[in-house]
Amino acid sequence: MDVFAIDHVAEIERIGGWMRESLVSPLRRRGLVIAMSGGIDSSVCAALAVRALGAERVFGLLLPERDSNDRSGELGELLAGHLGIRFRRHDIAPALAALGCYSERDEAIRHVFPEYAEDWKSKLVIAGGIAGGINFYKLVVQSPDGELHESRLPLADYLRIVAATNHKQRIRKTLEYFHADRLNYAVIGTPNRLEYDQGFFVKNGDGSADLKPIAHLYKTQVYAMARALGLPEPICATVPTTDTYSLAQGQDEFYFALPYAQMDLALWCVENGVSEEGLARALSMPAESARRIFTDIEAKRRAAAYLHARPLLFGTGSGR
Amino acid sequence: MSSVKQEVREYIASNFLMDTAAADFADDASFMDAHLLDSTGFLELVQFVEESYSIRVLDDEMIPDNLDSLDAIDAYVARKRGVGSAAAE
Repeated sequence: MDVFAIDHVAEIERIGGWMRESLVSPLRRRGLVIAMSGGIDSSVCAALAVRALGAERVFGLLLPERDSNDRSGELGELLAGHLGIRFRRHDIAPALAALGCYSERDEAIRHVFPEYAEDWKSKLVIAGGIAGGINFYKLVVQSPDGELHESRLPLADYLRIVAATNHKQRIRKTLEYFHADRLNYAVIGTPNRLEYDQGFFVKNGDGSADLKPIAHLYKTQVYAMARALGLPEPICATVPTTDTYSLAQGQDEFYFALPYAQMDLALWCVENGVSEEGLARALSMPAESARRIFTDIEAKRRAAAYLHARPLLFGTGSGR
Repeated sequence: MSSVKQEVREYIASNFLMDTAAADFADDASFMDAHLLDSTGFLELVQFVEESYSIRVLDDEMIPDNLDSLDAIDAYVARKRGVGSAAAE
């Protein structure tokens, strides 16, 4: 049985109807803005928006910065052309530089690797949890001659690097809302179910949006939806990356314990009451490994509560 | 109670519980199971342990057996100090 099988035609229609109704009320906006990373999630969201509203009511944005992969921009332009939507390319590197995004990050990196320079590359890699340890982050840097070095990040440097790079998602969102305000449109958020559930987004960055049309779909389903929507093959075949650090970085390196297809299955098991032994059988892994994955999913859910929380209001016991 | 246990308990009460709740958990209570610490919290705890007891927590020592309870930390710090003193002799 394929637990991720869905009726794509019906689902596309269902999401499209919800988008139209949401724009009428409560959003009261005339169209949708979508930032296109070239990845599968934003591409599917853009295509769903076009199916729902028509190309003339969807405005796309390409928002590269210094560490973006050139391929991301190429795929974004390919998608915009395929969908026939208006789009604008805005290099956000100067804004990020003015905010200190790169300099703050690089100072923190140099605290660990003093020789780190502008022509070096870097990324963060998660370690510990899936191996039965406590989660922590390693900083990996690559010198111009290609040599890799890695070291566990002290807390203050880890927090500073993350805080600096979070500028990227927040500046992108600022521009999305500029265009949404200019056009009287609403902003689409593009998390899939795995990202939304596990908190793989930046608060007030890519986590901010007016509507999130695929937050109920597992990543496996998003890939299938891309094909059902007839998106170009290079987009359907994209591999999930963070596209945030200068060294190539998979999402499973940075945040998730496993590649997305296995994470989807693990999350599905948690949501449907399947035991650790059941997941272990499905993924051909020891039960102890499955138990650690379940523990990691629950831990990330607790951490995500802060990301999902609205501002708390004194005296009401709730947020708004 | 050992001074390590008492100092770590006071650190948790002050830093993570903001002195709003009694830090009356058992010495063998798992910080993870009690949801006292998240992953960032553990990094803070590791930094506290390293700075307070002048030890270096190695990557492969970042495991619950060493850090997930007052008892575990007490034993871990004692082992590290023992290794340090043995090496210095």
